[in-house]
Amino acid sequence: MRVSRRVLEEIRRHLVSVYPNEGCGFLVGRGAGAGAGPGPVAVTQQLPVANRRERGGAARTRYLISPEDFMAAEREAAAQGLHIVGTYHSHPDVAAVPSSYDREHAWPWYRYLVVSVLAGTVREERLWQLADDRSAFLERSWHIQEESCQ
Amino acid sequence: MSVTVHIPTPLRRFVDGMPAVETEQGTVAEVLERLTEEHADLKAHLFGEDGRLRSFVNVYVNDRDIRDLERGATPAADGDDISIVPSIAGGAAPAAVALPELSHEEVLRYSRHLILPDVGPSGQRRLKAARVALIGAGGLGSPAALYLAAAGVGTLGLVDFDVVDETNLQRQIIHGTGAVGKSKLESARTRIADLNPHTHVEAFEERLTSANALEILRDFDVVLDGTDNFPTRYLVNDACVLLRKPNAYGSIFRFDGQASVFFAPEGPCYRCLFREPPPPGLVPSCAEGGVLGVLPGIIGSIQALESMKLILGAGDTLIGRLLLFDALQLKFRELKLSKDPDCPVCGGQPTVTALIDYEVFCGIGAAPVYEGPEVTARGLADELKDNPDIEVVDVREPVEWEICHLEGTTLIPLGQLPERLNELNGHREIVTLCHRGVRSMKALEILQAAGFPKVRNLKGGIDAWSLEVDSSMPRY
Repeated sequence: MRVSRRVLEEIRRHLVSVYPNEGCGFLVGRGAGAGAGPGPVAVTQQLPVANRRERGGAARTRYLISPEDFMAAEREAAAQGLHIVGTYHSHPDVAAVPSSYDREHAWPWYRYLVVSVLAGTVREERLWQLADDRSAFLERSWHIQEESCQ
Repeated sequence: MSVTVHIPTPLRRFVDGMPAVETEQGTVAEVLERLTEEHADLKAHLFGEDGRLRSFVNVYVNDRDIRDLERGATPAADGDDISIVPSIAGGAAPAAVALPELSHEEVLRYSRHLILPDVGPSGQRRLKAARVALIGAGGLGSPAALYLAAAGVGTLGLVDFDVVDETNLQRQIIHGTGAVGKSKLESARTRIADLNPHTHVEAFEERLTSANALEILRDFDVVLDGTDNFPTRYLVNDACVLLRKPNAYGSIFRFDGQASVFFAPEGPCYRCLFREPPPPGLVPSCAEGGVLGVLPGIIGSIQALESMKLILGAGDTLIGRLLLFDALQLKFRELKLSKDPDCPVCGGQPTVTALIDYEVFCGIGAAPVYEGPEVTARGLADELKDNPDIEVVDVREPVEWEICHLEGTTLIPLGQLPERLNELNGHREIVTLCHRGVRSMKALEILQAAGFPKVRNLKGGIDAWSLEVDSSMPRY
């Protein structure tokens, strides 16, 4: 998967700004079949969305994107001929490794960019994809595209 | 008599890539059951093991959530649209990171680690899972690679393109006499395999460049900079900042060493400390200036230690501190480093956002190399037979003179040359000489500028003399 540097910087800024809460959003782009276009997945936009789990302290370790936000995001992407190709979310103060909760709630095919934010700074980003049999998250390679992905 | 079921992108591959599927009318529960009968792989993603719709799967009939209607019993009639809409959930519930297990053999091998409270079995497994890239398998890389392999780091990436040379053996302890002439990577790989067969070596037999650095370093957890030149040092630094990797840095010169950990997300980087490289030629390399044998063992071991601490998350690393070591006084000093908010690579408004040409940045190859009249060693030997009046000026340091020198030459170290021009006779032919012909070219430039009319440079220096004229003269 390719992510444009501009998009990655926006994602980092967003996730740092909501620290110590978890932040989340959509990866928008194209590629990898399944009706989202041919070729490798390229992320050309990010769509931050509200973490709907803001009540109490839950937002520190959980995030939730509502179906309404999902539909709005998909409409916005489709208007530009793009698709939602995955999501990003932060893990405040823990590793960028999916939790079992992430796996239980994951969708196949989507790319999950997990960003570890330690003490308010981004420590690492890792990309994961759910195995088709839902048994595990598989780590996927990705790289930063210095110009915007075309 | 049909309803349309809209399939979200992540599930389309289970329905032959279709964005929507037509099916017969019925209740939502019936429609979904039919759908998963026809496309069996869908089932696990829509329904949990209890047979109920998963909490993050939302079903809408004509834009209304079935939870607000009659749930599974909601009827879908001819022409209705059913949409499966994801809600996305997750979060950082503490998860056990899948670390590799230790075999009985490894438990025995690492037993002194396993009984340490700050390491223990989980720390040892972290070391086994870790990937450390070593830039250079030389003075610093040798002890670092040996200690990291011995300590059980699972993967070492070695980047070097050099061949083992006799002059390396005085300090580059991973290489043995039998490896002279062989590739450093092969030599190091053989030694590491013998030391710890559990450590996997990934060899990158190439020069680290702006074109390959991000690709090579991307997959490593820690980068250990054991380079001996400024362009590569800035390249390693910038690549680490861009990749957000910690850089266990060390450098040595003569009797002095320094070490730090540059990790931009938590502290300064090398450029916060040294914004610009020194002018080319000002800081001699180890080949020009020499280096004490044990010194790289001390600094390289500190780099290995810091790499291990970064992997283990133990103790306080050298992030934000520069350790200075003086071998002759046997003193360690420490400087506090702070992050430069205007740092061109890790500051708030970085101007360097991609790797650049570091040779040009360091002024190497950018300024034209001065060229003046030259004579080969063989040519000079012949000329001296007929014309003993030629004055050969050796601009090396006195210790180099002690190693070897030509009879009848004048020793004036390059640094003293401008003040000692009066010792030279302007009417004689002069040939400047140094170790390999670089300093003597600078000397020639100085003499020409001072008006000496007949000056030439000995091409290849005294090293060429040893090779071409007098093999009894030792090389160094």
